Amino acid sequence: MKNITVTVLIDTLIDITLLAFLAITAIAIIYMRNLFVIIMLFGIFSLHTAGLFVVMDAADVAFTEAAIGAGISTVLMLGTLALTKNHEEKNPPHRARLPLLVVLITGGALIYGTYDIPSFGDPQSPSQQHVKPRYIERSVEETGVANTVTAVLASYRGYDTLGELTVIFTAGIGVMLLIGGRLTRRKKQADEQ
Amino acid sequence: MIFTAAAFAILVTIALALARALMGPTLYDRILAVNMVGTKTVLLIAVFAVLSGRTDMIDIALMYALINFIGVVAVLKLVEQGNFHTSGDDDRGQP
Repeated sequence: MKNITVTVLIDTLIDITLLAFLAITAIAIIYMRNLFVIIMLFGIFSLHTAGLFVVMDAADVAFTEAAIGAGISTVLMLGTLALTKNHEEKNPPHRARLPLLVVLITGGALIYGTYDIPSFGDPQSPSQQHVKPRYIERSVEETGVANTVTAVLASYRGYDTLGELTVIFTAGIGVMLLIGGRLTRRKKQADEQ
Repeated sequence: MIFTAAAFAILVTIALALARALMGPTLYDRILAVNMVGTKTVLLIAVFAVLSGRTDMIDIALMYALINFIGVVAVLKLVEQGNFHTSGDDDRGQP
């Protein structure tokens, strides 16, 4: 019993520390003007988020965050920066008071909204009562997949996942046609000169 | 006990690397700081996996190590050549 209390305490301390790092990085991103530095800080931000997901025991989200957030999106942003000439963000001409007000009000409303949400891991919450017992009890015999999350994604919501993959695939082809075509043409022009 | 101490030592190291990333002063300090934070995240996840007994998290730590490596290589390639589409021994892509 004592062991569990200690683990929860360590969990909480790591949570608080990582969230503090997250806040520091976010504020630094707002104040930095060099876009390259901002992309580096985005990488750090994403790594902190991924660490938080692991501490919260959301392994699948942590996997996605590591692959998309820390890996691909940093490289994509760097690629965009390489295609643009200006690496410095301009100073805004005026103080942004109205946007700050809107953000504060929205944030306050969201925090107010969290009071209606069932607390983290509450067994009585609707999401634990509705279809989850069926997934946990029957997913192995109905789908033959050992991991419940995989069973839900790939079998129960199979068509949904297929649709998502189609959208991402189409978007990828579109981007490759737009960017790839331009680069080949530019290379050809450079060869001719 | 020793793993708890290790976890907090890693958090302190992340704080130091974060301070280096924020202060700079050169680009390479920041790149190194990002790499450092990535490595420490891998270690933190590994230590946390042992602490909480969920050893399947080691897989996530391994994948972070791979992603971190590829990310830093991409950053350094961009810094050296100014783009992603020329190869290393091509002179055309000099920044």
